[in-house]
Amino acid sequence: MSLALHATRRRTETLDLTPEPTLAARQRMALRDLRAAMGQWRLCSVLAWLDIKLRYRGSVLGPFWLTLSTAAMVGAMGFLYAALFHMDLHDYLPYLALSLVLWGFVGTIIGDACQTFTASEGMIRAMRLPFTLYGGRIVLRNVLVLAHNLIVIVVVFAIFRIVPGPAGLLAVPGFAFWLLDGLALCLLLGAVCARFRDIPPIVNSVLQMIFFVTPVIWKPEAVGPTRQWLLPFNPFFSLLEVVRGPLLGTIPSAAVYVSAIGSSLLLWALAWLLFARVRGRIAFWL
Amino acid sequence: MHAELDVAGISLDFPLYHSQARSLKRTVFSSMSGRMASDQRHRVVVQALRDISFRLESGDRLGLIGVNGSGKTTLLRTLAGIYEPVVGRVRVRGTLNALLDPQLGMNIELTGRENIMLRGLYNGLDAETVAQLEEDVRAFAELGDFIDLPVRIYSSGMMVRLGFALATAIRPQVLLMDEWFLAGDAAFMEKARGRLEDMVRGAEILVLSSHLKPVVLSWCTRVIWLDAGRVRADGPAEEVMEAYSAAV
Repeated sequence: MSLALHATRRRTETLDLTPEPTLAARQRMALRDLRAAMGQWRLCSVLAWLDIKLRYRGSVLGPFWLTLSTAAMVGAMGFLYAALFHMDLHDYLPYLALSLVLWGFVGTIIGDACQTFTASEGMIRAMRLPFTLYGGRIVLRNVLVLAHNLIVIVVVFAIFRIVPGPAGLLAVPGFAFWLLDGLALCLLLGAVCARFRDIPPIVNSVLQMIFFVTPVIWKPEAVGPTRQWLLPFNPFFSLLEVVRGPLLGTIPSAAVYVSAIGSSLLLWALAWLLFARVRGRIAFWL
Repeated sequence: MHAELDVAGISLDFPLYHSQARSLKRTVFSSMSGRMASDQRHRVVVQALRDISFRLESGDRLGLIGVNGSGKTTLLRTLAGIYEPVVGRVRVRGTLNALLDPQLGMNIELTGRENIMLRGLYNGLDAETVAQLEEDVRAFAELGDFIDLPVRIYSSGMMVRLGFALATAIRPQVLLMDEWFLAGDAAFMEKARGRLEDMVRGAEILVLSSHLKPVVLSWCTRVIWLDAGRVRADGPAEEVMEAYSAAV
């Protein structure tokens, strides 16, 4: 006795794989992949949620361990660096808390992006799913982690009585850019790292370097007024600033926005061209 | 809408990357020095499929036979859209379910219930139908309270039953099936037979890859004999099976 369940939504689906080695045809297939992934958003979000659940299965605090470890880091570094840099704690600690939490999001997405496809090898080889879905899973997973870490920011801001003004709303479009860039990074790094297995260590060491050369634990003012104009040449600074600045009450300069939008467009162009080119080959590389 | 499966002249190469050839260093250095480049061209490519064409319509039951490594599973994966051919084309009309391996994308760290939910979502079922699926699978696989425990700790029998129940719960129009599906201890097969036959009968098109002569003869009307990725024979089941038995 068994009931007959039918795959409802995919009922009228036609699978048509006609390889045409033209740019336009590849773009079309990649676009179809993107659309199919959006149609599977429920599966994507459940996968992201299960990733978090699985990581903390059996632990008492669960994902709040992340919150706690971020809080400990902010506390430890905040007092030490405020003293080292001779800075006012009231000014520095909220800045550091926000910076560390946001950088945590950026850094983890870049690290995870390298494993977009390699970590899902089992699923990719078992069933046809849009490849973009695996990227969406990583972005969503990290948004969930960020949501837990937001508590640290809220608490620090409450202690120091900082309320982001109406300018804070500018952080919303900034964050939208992050989500789009995160997906592009997953497609780009995911594909490259599936083919060349020694890219992930390179990415990680470059990431470490970027952390130190980007104003994350040090303030952008520290470079001195004559060298401020150099900062937007670092896309990581610009992208960080379009979210961080508004939340701390400063509206980012036009140069920062130009740099953030320009680098995002460049990243997407690069990711899209590569993804469209190799999408059909990823399954063979795993 | 009737199901249809059309394969026209597909060829598929499987690149075998050595641990070194796969690395960036090798590629960078090989593009810089001529000697390494010639080395790079020696990249081993397995010609997994060569110029395969066939067309199936509603009601067709195709068996794929051939020795290990002849390309049966690769062909099934290509029909399922997992591997995309570089040459030729694959067109499948209708819902498709590919039973390729017992784990079939199951995450053994997740609980039975979570795996069932994922499969339901993958097939586009709504919440209510997922609940139905859960009950059905739980009963068939005799999971009981184990449904809320990670699949990792299941007994191997339980795991096979779960994989089987999940795979057979959703009725496709086009069913692709690998031979592992017919391997199992006698008691399980007895229980599974009804369910499997139900699904096979319900499917409009069946593509079955198997070594077992009786299975192919009882379920398939047409057989394609694959040899080193090529079609060696294609015709009525009895005829091709006879030629195959004589040759192997």
